[in-house]
Amino acid sequence: MKHTLSVLVENKPGVLARVAGLFARRGFNIDSLAVGTTEKPNISRMTIVVDVEEHSLEQVRKQLHKLINVIEIVDLDPEASVAREMVMVKINVNAENRSEVVEIADIFRGNIVDVSRESITVEVTGNASKLSAFEDLLKPYGIKELVRTGKVALPRGK
Amino acid sequence: MGLKMTGAKALVKSLEDEGVEIIFGIPGGVLLPVFDVLYESKIRKVLTRHEQGAAHAADGYARVTGNVGVCIATSGPGATNLVTGIANAYMDSVPLVAITGQVATNMIGTDAFQEADTTGITMPIVKHNYLIKDPADIPDVIQEAFYIARTGRPGPVVVDVPVDVSRGETEYRRRDKPELKGYKPTYKGHKKQTRMAAQAILSSQRPVIYVGGGAIISNASAELKKLATQNNIYVTHTLMGKGVFPESHPLSLGMLGMHGTRAANYAMCETDLIIAVGARFDDRITGKLSEFAPMAKVIHIDIDPAEISKNVRAHIPIVGDARDVLRELNEALKEMRTGTGKVERKEWDARVKEWKEKYPLTYDRGKGFKPQFVVEKIYEITKGEAIICTEVGQNQMWAAQFYPMDKPRRFVSSGGLGTMGFGFPASIGAQLGKPKELVFDIAGDGSFQMTMQEMATAVLEDAPVKVAILNNGYLGMVRQWQQLFYNRKYSCSCLHRGRTPDFVALAEAFGAKGILVTEPEMVEPAIAEAMESDCPVLIDFHVDEEENVYPMVAPGAPLYDMIGDMLYPVEKVHPEKAEEPFL
Repeated sequence: MKHTLSVLVENKPGVLARVAGLFARRGFNIDSLAVGTTEKPNISRMTIVVDVEEHSLEQVRKQLHKLINVIEIVDLDPEASVAREMVMVKINVNAENRSEVVEIADIFRGNIVDVSRESITVEVTGNASKLSAFEDLLKPYGIKELVRTGKVALPRGK
Repeated sequence: MGLKMTGAKALVKSLEDEGVEIIFGIPGGVLLPVFDVLYESKIRKVLTRHEQGAAHAADGYARVTGNVGVCIATSGPGATNLVTGIANAYMDSVPLVAITGQVATNMIGTDAFQEADTTGITMPIVKHNYLIKDPADIPDVIQEAFYIARTGRPGPVVVDVPVDVSRGETEYRRRDKPELKGYKPTYKGHKKQTRMAAQAILSSQRPVIYVGGGAIISNASAELKKLATQNNIYVTHTLMGKGVFPESHPLSLGMLGMHGTRAANYAMCETDLIIAVGARFDDRITGKLSEFAPMAKVIHIDIDPAEISKNVRAHIPIVGDARDVLRELNEALKEMRTGTGKVERKEWDARVKEWKEKYPLTYDRGKGFKPQFVVEKIYEITKGEAIICTEVGQNQMWAAQFYPMDKPRRFVSSGGLGTMGFGFPASIGAQLGKPKELVFDIAGDGSFQMTMQEMATAVLEDAPVKVAILNNGYLGMVRQWQQLFYNRKYSCSCLHRGRTPDFVALAEAFGAKGILVTEPEMVEPAIAEAMESDCPVLIDFHVDEEENVYPMVAPGAPLYDMIGDMLYPVEKVHPEKAEEPFL
């Protein structure tokens, strides 16, 4: 089962290596990992999506807690949190089908961030399934390149 | 305004302020500024002959004294040579601070001479590590390193110090206490959980205390003894927990696990309540996990939450310091016990007593020259009062089986990592930490050859350790497994005793004393002679080649399935026939 962990860490050199190394050596799989600064410059937030059973999740949390630079770990309840991911897709287009692609992007509330004679790059934000649906629709046109950020999330309310 | 000084000076002053009295290591290029300052420091410097020896010596020192052990090594190979010692300390939760030199900050990442990514290499085997980039950070980092190493579940901390940081200038400022946002160990146990544990103990018919090294680290002996004796509970210990509960006590079952006593292992098979204190249900303890203690409810007391329910599910977890939790538990029990307070479990008592009487640890005393006999004699002559260090393998198991301990912090052995070559340098560290004590290293010929160059250290530092080599001419435990599980095909396990080395000549070459013992009659006088000498002594006991450590639970087998039956009547313990669990 997939779990989203929101991990507050001290913004110190090597923290990412410590977290990634821990997952690797304990045999836990990371689905995605996103890191960035928070409102406090000395603290970063990692959003880690792991695919583990309940028992292993307990171990993941406890082992993460043992890292000196880890301050807080929250297992985000999907019902009580908001999560977003962003994708940028560069698609093959020509004069005939460009407007179709733009239309699809509009439906997904995407933004065109780059256009050239042979390609168009669209940015879409949403949850994982929305992005996957978007990707599927674009496949027939030919995806040249694609990048996803990995999930970022925050608990709702309060 | 703080005092102006170099980084190296600040480093040494920080060590002094932490109360460091001794430091083990070897200098090198990037450490010269530090050793230049150390020269004038009151800290005792012990120059080992290999960095691995330095780490193990600091480890041995830490285990017997309870202080943080400190070792120091230069960049690159110096640091990589420490790695085994650091991993060893990590697995056995030993407080250790390892200081490593590093190339100058502007050279880091250029594959400079003697450069290695020390923080990267040690990351999986340390509690924490640091790479200092600014001399101003030195006092804080050293303070944090010692604080992290000795608090909570202790462990090694590496501090990597580039040479320009040592040479740089800074002001010395020391904080009152370290500030660590993400590090707050739990010492006090949960009150409600403790009361639940007390309730479980009072309603249990067949409880067993299973105690490990954590109880020694937290100095919980007195509380543990109270818990066992006031509630009439049998106690079994791990290798790391040896001595925390007196083995001579009638409630002691001895060690459990792969080479544990039958009484201890059978008790685990039939117990209805395990009270685990500072132990981590290692595979050498549980045997086949799915058949481990099938009827037992588990109370698990540990300071490291990650150990709870890692291998065996805990029904009543209590996170906290063993001593604090046991004290609370004893108080709760005192309150909750009714009537006379005398706890009796007659059937269980009779069953355990029968096992203890029927299956004592023993060996064939009839013929030959047995290694167990040597350990027994050492026990007898030292009156059980020596500090015993061990190497790893058969020697370690025989030391654990035939040198019973009544006090903690006197049995020094590499439990988790199983590091051959640990015992001898550790015995030097232990001897320097406890100069008035008699220190024996019970060794094997294979293990001793891994770190024997430290004999020079022992001689020069006047560490009069006694090395008792149970020399069977083999990597004995490997040979035993080959005999039992690989059709006696001794692939690369023979060390050719008689051809090389001549251990007595070797000891003499280092300036120590060497004694050769080839038959049982010579054992007593040799040990007596060693004890009378005030220099390091090596005794080379040429014992039987093919003696095995028994009893034994084969790897992956359940605890009731013990081999080594040539001396014992066969009895299977049938957990399914015992009473139903009370929960």
